[in-house]
Amino acid sequence: MGKIIRVLVAKPGLDSHDRGAKVVARAYRDAGMEVIYTGLHQTPEQVAEAVVQEDADVLAISILSGAHEVLVPRMVELLRRRGRGDVLVLVGGVVPDDDVPALLQAGVARVFGPGSRLDEIVEFTRRAVEGSG
Amino acid sequence: MDLASRLRAGDAAALARAITLVENSDAGARRLLSELYPHTGRARVIGITGPPGVGKSTLTDQLAVEFRSEGGLVGVVAVDPTSPFTGGAILGDRVRMTRGAGDPGVFIRSLATRGQLGGLSRATGDVIKLMDAGGRDVILVETVGAGQAEIDIMHYAHSTLVVVAPGLGDEIQAIKAGIMEIGHVFVVNKADRDGADRTAAELEMMLEMAPDRDPGAWRPPVIRTVARDGSGVSEVRRQADAHWAYLKREGGLEEGRRRRAASELAAMAGSLAERHLLEWARISGAWNRVLDQVTERQVDPYGGAEVLFREYREAALLSRTPGNAGGREEL
Repeated sequence: MGKIIRVLVAKPGLDSHDRGAKVVARAYRDAGMEVIYTGLHQTPEQVAEAVVQEDADVLAISILSGAHEVLVPRMVELLRRRGRGDVLVLVGGVVPDDDVPALLQAGVARVFGPGSRLDEIVEFTRRAVEGSG
Repeated sequence: MDLASRLRAGDAAALARAITLVENSDAGARRLLSELYPHTGRARVIGITGPPGVGKSTLTDQLAVEFRSEGGLVGVVAVDPTSPFTGGAILGDRVRMTRGAGDPGVFIRSLATRGQLGGLSRATGDVIKLMDAGGRDVILVETVGAGQAEIDIMHYAHSTLVVVAPGLGDEIQAIKAGIMEIGHVFVVNKADRDGADRTAAELEMMLEMAPDRDPGAWRPPVIRTVARDGSGVSEVRRQADAHWAYLKREGGLEEGRRRRAASELAAMAGSLAERHLLEWARISGAWNRVLDQVTERQVDPYGGAEVLFREYREAALLSRTPGNAGGREEL
């Protein structure tokens, strides 16, 4: 059996809207990937620990609370410290355009704003993982 | 340090990577497993099974915290089904494992069944070995939502907990054969709901009707819990401990070790023999010849298999005859 892409979908921070996260999770599953869904209100430490234990290839962060500036770089840093700087980090949700460069600078591969197409997200993820692999 | 040494030193990232290699049947996985095998057989394995929606994940999480409070390291294997249509899976057990998930002393790994029937993933046995070699003292294995046939957990766990909940219809009917017989501890979860008494009474009755046990044999207890708030969970642990003590006292651990080793050895020997026989049959041409006969109804499949096996054995014997060292090539 070949390599199956494992995606951890995380919902850090305090907002309680996980519809978007679930829709993306389903799109990944329908594309033949294994999706680990961790639920609401995760701390960056919990998310990083889960990525390590699950040996995920991809961390897809859904964030609507506006706390991305703090939470996302923290998660990337924690992953690096755990020796998992290789994880593909994606951010989805509401992120003002002005904040995108800083996230990319911090190590996020791409930010998917509202209205992003699911097949585009899935395709980008597959290419990025298989290209690095 | 190489992967095996890092894993044995308790490195979570190494354990996680090793599990991925085993799940993907990576070329390095077999060597890794054989290197680690001498360091396995130490951990205590507890299975948690039962129908979907009864609260297995929440109970598993609470038990992980219980066992952690004694200071040992805990491993959790949580199995969810793979979609038969897309090959993908959503593994959501972590959503209900929020208490253990904050603690690096609890290593949780979600596995997809990847087409395996029986309630577990094909890699489960090897994943348990990896966690064992990685120093996990207690390993909790949560099966997919199970009914009657999902009883593979009995081959891996020292103790099996069967979890049910009231209000799922005729819940005992749903689990009557199969998993009723593999439980060492029965748990009625969501016991704050209506019907818990009836569910517990039905379980007790089923257990009464079980075949006669030897005097002194383990009698599975029925325990009520509300896993969400933790009530009754420490009693589940006490009963699991009692079953473990019983196994130790009655020699069940030693017997179980040999039984598990035997079932693994038989499975491996069987698949090795099958692979060699079929490979020989294809290369020698015997496969197509016998297949033609079976297709045309000249020989039945059972008889055809016997022909293949007889010819294979003769060829194998021939290749070992002294003075015929090159016999392999002549086959």
